[in-house]
Amino acid sequence: MSFLTFIAPACAEVFLLCAACAILVIDLFVDDAQRGISYTLTLLALAGCFVLTWLGLSEEQYAFNDMFVADPMAALIKLSIYLAVAVTLVYARPYVQARGMFRGEFFVLILFATLGMMVMVSANHLLTLYLGLELLALALYGLVALQRDSTAATEAAMKYFVLGALASGMLLYGMSMLYGATGSLGLTDMADAIANDSADKVVLAFALVFIISGIGFKLGAVPFHMWVPDVYQGAPTAVALFISSVPKLAAFAFIMRILVTGLGADWLVAQWQWMLIVMAVLSLAIGSITAIAQTNLKRMLAYSTISHMGFLLLGILSGSDEGFASAMFYVMVYALMNLGAFGMILLLARPGFEADTLDDFRGLNQRSPWYAGMMLLIMFSMAGIPPLVGFYAKLSVLWAVVDAGYLWLAVVAVLFSLVSAFYYLRVVRLMYFEPPLDPSPITAPAATRWVLSLNGLLMLVFGVLPGPLMTLCDYSIELSLQ
Amino acid sequence: MSISYPILSFVIWVPIIAGLVVLAVGDRRPAAARNIALLGAVAGLLVALPLWTHFDRDAGGFQFIENAPWIDSFNANYHLGIDGISLLLILLNCVITVLVVVAGWGVRERIAQYLASFLILGGLMNGVFCALDALLFYVFFEATLIPMYIIIGVWGGPNRIYAAVKFFLYTLLGSLLFLVALIYLFNVADGSFSLLDFYGLQLPLGAQILIFVAFFAAFAVKVPMWPVHTWLPDAHVEAPTGGSVVLAAVMLKLGGYGFLRLSLPIVPDASQQLAGFVIALSLVAVVYIGLVALVQTDLKKLIAYSSISHMGFVTLGTFLFSAQGVEGAVLQMVSHGFVSGALFLCVGVLYDRLHSRRIADYGGVVNRMPVFAALFMLFAMANAGLPGTSGFVGEWLVILATVKTSFWYTALAATTLIFGASYTLWMYKRVVFGAPASPQIAALNDIGGRETLVLGVTAALVLAIGIYPAPLGAVLHVSVSDLLAHVHSKLPMQ
Repeated sequence: MSFLTFIAPACAEVFLLCAACAILVIDLFVDDAQRGISYTLTLLALAGCFVLTWLGLSEEQYAFNDMFVADPMAALIKLSIYLAVAVTLVYARPYVQARGMFRGEFFVLILFATLGMMVMVSANHLLTLYLGLELLALALYGLVALQRDSTAATEAAMKYFVLGALASGMLLYGMSMLYGATGSLGLTDMADAIANDSADKVVLAFALVFIISGIGFKLGAVPFHMWVPDVYQGAPTAVALFISSVPKLAAFAFIMRILVTGLGADWLVAQWQWMLIVMAVLSLAIGSITAIAQTNLKRMLAYSTISHMGFLLLGILSGSDEGFASAMFYVMVYALMNLGAFGMILLLARPGFEADTLDDFRGLNQRSPWYAGMMLLIMFSMAGIPPLVGFYAKLSVLWAVVDAGYLWLAVVAVLFSLVSAFYYLRVVRLMYFEPPLDPSPITAPAATRWVLSLNGLLMLVFGVLPGPLMTLCDYSIELSLQ
Repeated sequence: MSISYPILSFVIWVPIIAGLVVLAVGDRRPAAARNIALLGAVAGLLVALPLWTHFDRDAGGFQFIENAPWIDSFNANYHLGIDGISLLLILLNCVITVLVVVAGWGVRERIAQYLASFLILGGLMNGVFCALDALLFYVFFEATLIPMYIIIGVWGGPNRIYAAVKFFLYTLLGSLLFLVALIYLFNVADGSFSLLDFYGLQLPLGAQILIFVAFFAAFAVKVPMWPVHTWLPDAHVEAPTGGSVVLAAVMLKLGGYGFLRLSLPIVPDASQQLAGFVIALSLVAVVYIGLVALVQTDLKKLIAYSSISHMGFVTLGTFLFSAQGVEGAVLQMVSHGFVSGALFLCVGVLYDRLHSRRIADYGGVVNRMPVFAALFMLFAMANAGLPGTSGFVGEWLVILATVKTSFWYTALAATTLIFGASYTLWMYKRVVFGAPASPQIAALNDIGGRETLVLGVTAALVLAIGIYPAPLGAVLHVSVSDLLAHVHSKLPMQ
């Protein structure tokens, strides 16, 4: 086997690594007026990855001695990651330009974070998994702190770093126990060892607790959610947009790899199901109820993220292929909605004005009926009202939960989504029923306007015809988890 | 059945697309927005008319079927079809949409969004009446909340925000439990959302009762039945005229229709078991809410309470499980649609002129507005159930059906003839008769051509249905007897 075929499944990752290094160097030679070059190159790098992943789409392929796997699930998640990162860059551009963050570091950190996510998504080995996770996390810490002079951002970065390090520690501790119990770090070998009953069950159960806590931290699920609102609020909005949307896609794949591929034995599933149930119900409750009290939109969206993560966990904990597919659909829809919501904040932001409180959305319908309409679609989609796509995401998760025999859990989830409808409605209320505080017209570059409009309309398009995307998720899960 | 094109899709999508076009035209060109909206509403009515002419009155089952795959993962289909019950409600909805667009001609603020909301809402409600797939039904059923929320909140009265949020959350709570029940049925029916598959299920009584309760939560809130009616007076009072008209005339019928299309056929045993409970709530609505209406000082509130009381007849008729009762219920829905819609339009006429809804502010309107007073009189009489108006037909059939069930039910139900007449006619007397109560009333002008047209058309329909209801009955007979045969066939005990 030649070297090239050996690394072929990871060609997109290799390409992105080279591209990121190249952009880092090229950026040294362009001055501020020409910074658009780095921006364009970054988008081109993502487009290149998209093509490579698209072409490499196939059955399961392993590379690096089974440490790396390329399967349809990984491909689909990666494709959505590229798109989400590209959209993030488009939304973020005017915002970071106005705040002196439109520099090479911004692009390179985002690309390295993307690379970290890609490695995570394709990991078939605990070391690869951890490597990807840390690459992502370190890049994110840097991004949050990018606005050096802002105390809020620095505080958020510190908080994020300390808690993130704690979570990584927990994960590592859990992983070391897994290694001790099974004698392997490869996820497939680990699963075999567990299936052969050669692993110590007590150690495995302990390892599971630590792993789940680590996942809870990274996902921002209750009771490990404390960092989420502070980081969202403190980080520059463009970075909050990135942190809140894209890594959740990778986190889903992370959970799938470690819990389903690695720890998918029946008795272990029964163990983690209950842990996830507790986390899911608490996330739904705290996320929905606390969001009501927020006046800062970024903070409100942070709590809304927490409750969305509760829904995501519901899909995973049902433990069936349908459940995993529904969770995958949910996380993709969530990323789409969240990009739109943060995109709206960035659209309204101006130099010296953040537009991140709820009051800044007052009377938007009088300032711009079109964008008020887009935000309306996004908010009702988040609330799960048909015919918007958020409804089908909730529906498929609820169905998986009912199918798994947890009817009561579906009722609980439904009741909390009623609570959460209240604060999404409040945004719509402010936009439509109240007069504007600040009647200035909206100025944003054409690219932002077009992408944001497309983002809003996709709520409706996928809402009327959700079938193809759902089928895609079903297939990719089916093909990836035989 | 000789229609070769997908007529039901046209009935649903023509108003919705017209609404989107109106939105695109925007508020900067109000004249164009108005004309396109009117065109869309009339087109929506015209495409629905062939349903009436081509409907086969002797055939059972559903007609004008359309079926196309929609969401593979859920095996959900874009499955449409109508029977006599849906046919009448679709026509009601299409007529009301036209009337509302004409009545909203004078709205000043954001006219395009106003008219577009009604067109989209009209299309969505047609979707509810056509859907034969439970998921499709739910999507249309829920989607109606969005335009109505906007209508109440943007163009409503002083307390509109409270009313809009209350309306939304109240109805959402009911529908979410309904959704869980649908998911459960989907699993029981081996992965199908088709209503026809749901009809064939043999469920144990315990499960049926839980499903019935979940359905009930959605539909009872929508109807609304006592004691979950409290959102309605708020919503009606604060909504703009058009909003009140659509809410009373069509939206409440989604609840009544839901009982007939889902509750009765899917969970017949539970429906029979719990019929007494529903009938009791209906009678409370008829009697107690009738009394509440009597003491209202606000015109819109009075009509809102009268709506609840009249909708009590609908649920009463539905749960008597006799052909007369169910047909009476459907006719009552149609009649109430026109009568309550017209009454809200009348209040709108007065409100546009005096900007007050308090009965005490009026008096002697007849001196200045004789044409209006005459039409208002007709609708007031219809609301009181005078023979010869549409209001009589449904109530009479339901009372006849009640007599066969129980004397005491009848005694209570018949009080509506007294209470209904009391609150309506007393209100009419205070508003219309006497000497002009204030200088503003002495300076009133009678209704103009547009208002006369809207009220005149409604008056003609109310009289036509009241004098010769047989064509409506002819549409209903087979559908209702099919429904009841299905309900009874699934009862092993009888």
